[in-house]
Amino acid sequence: MNLVRVETPPQETGGATLAVLQLVGVRKTFGSFTAVEDINLDIYNGEFLTVVGPSGSGKTTLLRMLAGMERPTAGNITLRGTLINDVPSNKRPTCLVFQSLALFPHKTVGENIEFPLKVKKVPRAERKQRALELIRLMRLPESYYRKNVMICSGGEQQRVALARALAYDPDILFFDEPLSALDYKLKKAMEKELKDLHRATGKTFVYITHSLEEAMVMSDRIAVMRAGRFVQVGTPDEIYSRPANRFVAEFIGDVNVFGVKKNANGGWVSDEDGSRIEITLPPALAGASEAAVVVRPEFLRFIDERSQANNAIEGTVYNEYALGSRIQYEVRSGNRTLVVELSRANAWTGGLDQQVIVGWDARDAIVVEG
Amino acid sequence: MAEISSATMTVAGETRPLRLAFPAGFRCGTPVLLVLLLGFLAPLLTVAAYAFAMPRSFDAFSSFTLANFATIFNPANTVWTSFAWSLFLAAMTVVLLAVICYPIAYGLTRVFGKWAGLISALFVFPLFVSENVRLYGWVLFFIKNGVLDGTLKWLGLAGGPEVLYTPGIVLFGMVYTYLPFMLFPMTLGLAMVPRDLVDAAADFGAGRFMIWREIELPLAMPGILIGALLTFVIAAGAVAEGQILGGQTIITVTQDIEIAFTYAQNWPLGSALAVLLMAIVSGLSVFVMSKLDLDRILGRR
Repeated sequence: MNLVRVETPPQETGGATLAVLQLVGVRKTFGSFTAVEDINLDIYNGEFLTVVGPSGSGKTTLLRMLAGMERPTAGNITLRGTLINDVPSNKRPTCLVFQSLALFPHKTVGENIEFPLKVKKVPRAERKQRALELIRLMRLPESYYRKNVMICSGGEQQRVALARALAYDPDILFFDEPLSALDYKLKKAMEKELKDLHRATGKTFVYITHSLEEAMVMSDRIAVMRAGRFVQVGTPDEIYSRPANRFVAEFIGDVNVFGVKKNANGGWVSDEDGSRIEITLPPALAGASEAAVVVRPEFLRFIDERSQANNAIEGTVYNEYALGSRIQYEVRSGNRTLVVELSRANAWTGGLDQQVIVGWDARDAIVVEG
Repeated sequence: MAEISSATMTVAGETRPLRLAFPAGFRCGTPVLLVLLLGFLAPLLTVAAYAFAMPRSFDAFSSFTLANFATIFNPANTVWTSFAWSLFLAAMTVVLLAVICYPIAYGLTRVFGKWAGLISALFVFPLFVSENVRLYGWVLFFIKNGVLDGTLKWLGLAGGPEVLYTPGIVLFGMVYTYLPFMLFPMTLGLAMVPRDLVDAAADFGAGRFMIWREIELPLAMPGILIGALLTFVIAAGAVAEGQILGGQTIITVTQDIEIAFTYAQNWPLGSALAVLLMAIVSGLSVFVMSKLDLDRILGRR
C-alpha cells in the first residue's frame, strides 16, 4: 500500500520544465539499517522543494547524498544528465547550509563569506567587493565585514551562512533545517526572507525540515518522507487538501481522523475508540471497505440539531485555546477527542463542560488510505 | 545569631560571628591555601632568597648580593652553554614532537575509531614505568653488544651505529619521554574541530591542504600550543636524558643546578640558576598564553 502520489510539476516561469537533479531508485543502508529506500524524484530547475518528515525518516541522509557527503548504496543521482553518485562534495556545483550553519568561528563575517571565493582563487579586492554585495543583499550593515561571526545574533548568523553559500554561486542550494534553532518569531521572518531570496536568485533550493508548517510557507513542492520512503510528493495545496494517507494528514497538525469500516447495510461506521458512530462519506468512495476519514478542525462546527449537518457527534467542551484569529476547542466524546476551530467572530460562548453537538458535512471530509 | 555561632571575633569593638567576617568560600579554601603557601610558595621564596645570598654560604634572608648572577653572566664562565643546551634541546623536542604527534593525534580523532582508546592507552603505558628505568632500557638497546648491536652482529652484519653518548641520542630520549605530553593536548585540540566545519569547507570546493591550513590548524591551535608549552617547560628542566643517554657529553642547566646543590655545596649559585631558568620559562609561558586567546577561538567575545 505504498502508493506515492506524484502530482503536478511546478509552474514554470518560462520554457519547458527541466529536471536539474534526478534521483532514480536511490537507497542507502548503514549496516543492516536501511535509512533511505527507493527514492525517485525529479528536482526541477529553479524550484523550492522541501523534504519533510519526522526525526529518523531519512531526510538528512537523503540530503547528504544529494550534497555528496554520503554515497548511495544503490540507485542513481544525476545532475543535468551527468551521473554524480561518486562525485565528492568539493567537486559538485552544489552547496549545503548546515543545521549548525558551520560558520568558521575563527573568521570574521567577511572572511566567512569570502571563503568559497578564496578556494576559487578570486583576487582579494574582488572577493571583498563580492562579500560586501552579499552583506548588503542580506540586509546586514557593511561594518559587519570585520565583525567576529560568533558574536552575531542567531538571525545574523543565518544571513551570513546564506551569504557564504551564495558566494559559492552553486547550481543548487541545500538546506538542512537551518532555522530550527531560532525562536518562533525570527523563524517566521527568516522563512519569508528565504522565499524572497529564492525569488531574487532564481536558484534551485532543496530544503529539509521536520515542520510541515515551515514547508508549507516556503515551498513550491513538498515531499513527505516516512521511514526512508516518500509518502507523497506534491504542491503545498495538494498536500493540504488531498493528503495521500493518514500519516500525511496527521503530520500537518491538528486534524480529526476517523478510521471507518463498511457495515452490513452499505453504510460506514467508525468504532475505533469504543464509541460507534455512523459516518456519511462522499459518494465517490463507495468502492473501498476500509478507510480513514480526515476532517480539518475548521470544517467542524457546533450545531443545535443533528439534522443541521451530514455527520454529528455529541460531546462536551473540555477546553479552549486561543490561536489568534481563530479559537480552537477540544471536545470529548467518549474516548474520542475532536478538534474544532472557529473564527474569533463566531466564537463559542457556551462555556466549558457544556454538552454540544459537533457536526460536519460529507463534502468537507477527505478520505485516505487507513 | 551570635548565640548560635560559638566562634566570634571582635571587629572595632563590636562582636561579629566569624563566618560573617570570612565568606564560606574562603573558609572552605583554607586547607588548600595553607598547603599551597607552605608547600609551594615557601620553598619558592626560599630559593629566591638563596639566589641573593653570599656565594657558598647558607645566609639566606640575612645577606643580599648579586654575586651569584655575576658569576653566571661572567663571560669567562661556561655555565651559559648549559642554558643554551637545555633551551635548544627543549625547542627541538617541541618542534619534532609537533611533527610526530600531529598525524597520531589526527588518527586518534578521525581515523582509528573504536581503536583510538586502546592506542591512547598504549601511549600512556610507558608513563607507569620510571623514566630512569626506561632510559636505561634504551641504553641496553643501543650500547655496544646491546640489543641492537648484538642482534645485527649475530645476523652477520656490521653491527649497530654508535649513537650512545651523543647530543642526538639525548634529543631522541627527550622526544621519546615527552611524547604523551604533546600528544594528548594536541588530540584534544583536534577533537575540538567540529566535523561540520570540515564538511562545509569541502563543500565549498576546498582541498585537503586548504582545509588543513584554513580550518583544522587554526581551530586545533589552542591544544597544539598548550601541548607545545607543556612539553617545552618540562623539557627545559630535563636532566635524566643528558645523564643517562648522553653520558654527560652535554650538561643541561638542571644538572648544573643539581651539581651546585650537591658536590659543589654552593646553594646560592644553584638557586640563582634555578631562578634564572624559572624566569626564562615562565616569561615564555606568559608570552604564549597571551597569544592564546581561547575566548576568541571559542567565540565568547
